[in-house]
Amino acid sequence: MKAKHQRLTLALLALAAVVGAGLLALSALKDQAAFFYSPSDALRDNPEPGKAVRLGGMVAADSVRRAADGITVRFAVTDGKATTPVMFAGIVPDLFRERSGVVAEGHFNADHSFTATNLLAKHDEKYMPPEVAGAMHETKTLAP
Amino acid sequence: MMAEAGLAALWFAAALAALQLVMAAIGLRASAGSSTPTVRVDDEKDTAGSVMAAVRPVAIVQGLIVAVAMVMLIGVFLQSDMSVRLVVENSHSAKPWLYKFAGAWGNHEGSMLLWVTILGLAGGAVAVLERRLDERTLIATLGAQAGIALGFYAFLLLSSNPFDRISPAPRDGLGLNPLLQDPGLAFHPPTLYIGYVGISVAFSFAVGALITRDVGPAFARAMRPWVLGAWIFLTLGITAGSYWAYYELGWGGWWFWDPVENASLMPWLAATALLHSVTVLATRDGLRAWTVMLAVVAFSMSMIGTFLVRSGILTSVHAFAVDPRRGAFILALLAIYIGGALVLFAARVGTVRAGNVFDFVSREGALVANNLLLSVILGVVLIGTLYPIVAAGFGVQLSIGAPFFDKTVGPIALFLVAIMGAGPLMRWRRDQGQAVVARMMWPIAATCFAAAGLFVFASIGILPFLGLSLAAGLAVASVAPLWGRNLRRTPLFTYGMVVAHLGIAVSLAGMASDSAFTRETLVAARVGQPIKAGPYVITLDGIRPVVGQNWSALEAQLSATRGESTIVLHPQSRFFANPVTTTNESAILTTWDGQLYTVLGQSDTEGRWQLRLWWKPYVTLIWLGGALIALGGALSLVGRWRRERRSAHRQEAWA
Repeated sequence: MKAKHQRLTLALLALAAVVGAGLLALSALKDQAAFFYSPSDALRDNPEPGKAVRLGGMVAADSVRRAADGITVRFAVTDGKATTPVMFAGIVPDLFRERSGVVAEGHFNADHSFTATNLLAKHDEKYMPPEVAGAMHETKTLAP
Repeated sequence: MMAEAGLAALWFAAALAALQLVMAAIGLRASAGSSTPTVRVDDEKDTAGSVMAAVRPVAIVQGLIVAVAMVMLIGVFLQSDMSVRLVVENSHSAKPWLYKFAGAWGNHEGSMLLWVTILGLAGGAVAVLERRLDERTLIATLGAQAGIALGFYAFLLLSSNPFDRISPAPRDGLGLNPLLQDPGLAFHPPTLYIGYVGISVAFSFAVGALITRDVGPAFARAMRPWVLGAWIFLTLGITAGSYWAYYELGWGGWWFWDPVENASLMPWLAATALLHSVTVLATRDGLRAWTVMLAVVAFSMSMIGTFLVRSGILTSVHAFAVDPRRGAFILALLAIYIGGALVLFAARVGTVRAGNVFDFVSREGALVANNLLLSVILGVVLIGTLYPIVAAGFGVQLSIGAPFFDKTVGPIALFLVAIMGAGPLMRWRRDQGQAVVARMMWPIAATCFAAAGLFVFASIGILPFLGLSLAAGLAVASVAPLWGRNLRRTPLFTYGMVVAHLGIAVSLAGMASDSAFTRETLVAARVGQPIKAGPYVITLDGIRPVVGQNWSALEAQLSATRGESTIVLHPQSRFFANPVTTTNESAILTTWDGQLYTVLGQSDTEGRWQLRLWWKPYVTLIWLGGALIALGGALSLVGRWRRERRSAHRQEAWA
């Protein structure tokens, strides 16, 4: 094989790799991207039950209840306009508290409640998840 | 005074970087002009020679002066000088000594200063150490290095001054994020930065070689130690960061596909590809344009990584402050550097002559496949990382997590592992397919044996199943290059390759084992009640308060019994006053066959305590593998260095 041909082949292979990566990523993005909902988005868009999504907002005041098993926690996430009931089994993050921002990873159920597999709270006092900041910007005055 | 001295040093270093850039440009132009015959050849040559001769010392001095600025910053942190804004915002006088020291870079401004300090010192090191490369290429390299540094100096001085004073000075500072108050902070950021900066040196070499049209084996040999060094540090930084996140965050996971983690993984993938292609260029004089392109890509990835982490566009412990102006500044730097590099590449790629040819069934062919697959993984990770940011620009909020990356990266990585086993067993230039398969007999047998065993005795997911089987095959294949060789005469860099590849097999086995066999137990436990977790029976003996230097905690005492032996573990829930935060300090029991990972949660009204317990068989192999990979890199580096020194001696003896 001549050097010129080899160079061309390599360039084509590289191009194929880049295009292949793009196609693979885009096809996987279609069903693997977890969309972010605020409670009022969820009410409006009615997300498919069982699909991995994120729910973000504020933990509603006086909504946190612990079940008798000592592990399951139920609480409500609000964005000031709508409220979604959430169930979570596990140790809540250190910064999880009422009237504080939270992002729940999990899925919606058929009855519009949310089952969380993971909770993300603010990392520190300076930081507010932009998702929450976005969804909360109209209701920020509710924060203490 | 220290803060002012630091700021002055920073300005001085920036001015020297500008001088270095201008002198390199003048020197190169003059020396290029002198190659065409004119009347005043000697004069011009002299000017060019003396200007170029001054570039090296300037680079060295620039490195030393910026290091002075960094030392001054560490100084004000150690003194807890509360008239410096950065100290006020990120430190507290009651913090332990180590975190005052490491806290100097536990914030946006300080970490950027550390970045340029390492960049400056690396430039100085190039100026001192590099003697083999053509002088003009070296000057062009140092010029490119100064160009990169200049952008970061501008960023620091114009929008992120770390030495800003505050008046009146408050009585004490706000403290450091407790998640960062860990010995890991002293180790993880500097290691990663050395890695990032090492890649920028490799990139400068590529730019230098493009400018002087000197892309060849000599350039590759000059660049290789920097790529290798950067790669070792990136490997160490990622491994350490992964273990830190694993024990600090208390989620029991070791990799979260967090954008910040991806920001360190992408340069590593590019550097890994570059490392392999630069070897082809240095030893076989092939893949010339390809290697230069990879150097550009690797540098772009480390810039994108810096941008993602430092711009505040992402939310994580790494994003210290959200200031849109800074994000725009780094984005502009990113565009200038990457755009400039691509334009230079496009303009000069025509002058890079094609290198040696090779068959597709050959060591070079396997290395090309390695490069292509690494590029595909890199592309997928890049898209998965940037897509949410782009989507946010269009008002759609979404996140891309483990399901996406597992589904896309997993299969390609396993395919790459299969090729990795075969590559080192192939001959350079040309090989026979059948002969390669014959040499691969034992690794293939090991893979099949492991697969059959797993199929019969364990029912696990397809990815962990393939991962464990291929890890067995790769472990055999990676030591195969040593078979039938005189072990004492085998060069050290061959051992380096063997160890690094073995490290991949070990790490892969750990990852697959963790995802296949981890057992999680979540209970609300009463004192004295036995709980089963993997091979252990755990009892909660009690809870007691403890006090540390700047925290107080509730500490559980857990007795973990396995067979005859009982070991006591103390997971804590810590409260920090500055800033007010609670963190979970997990307690981990490491044994030869895995780790028992315990986290203490909250108590309930009935006096029960939440406990989260994981039994993770062989999870430690993940980081052990990472350490082996880095060790392999170090062996190669030493091996190459020794060989070059020996051949230099031989040349002297001949002369």
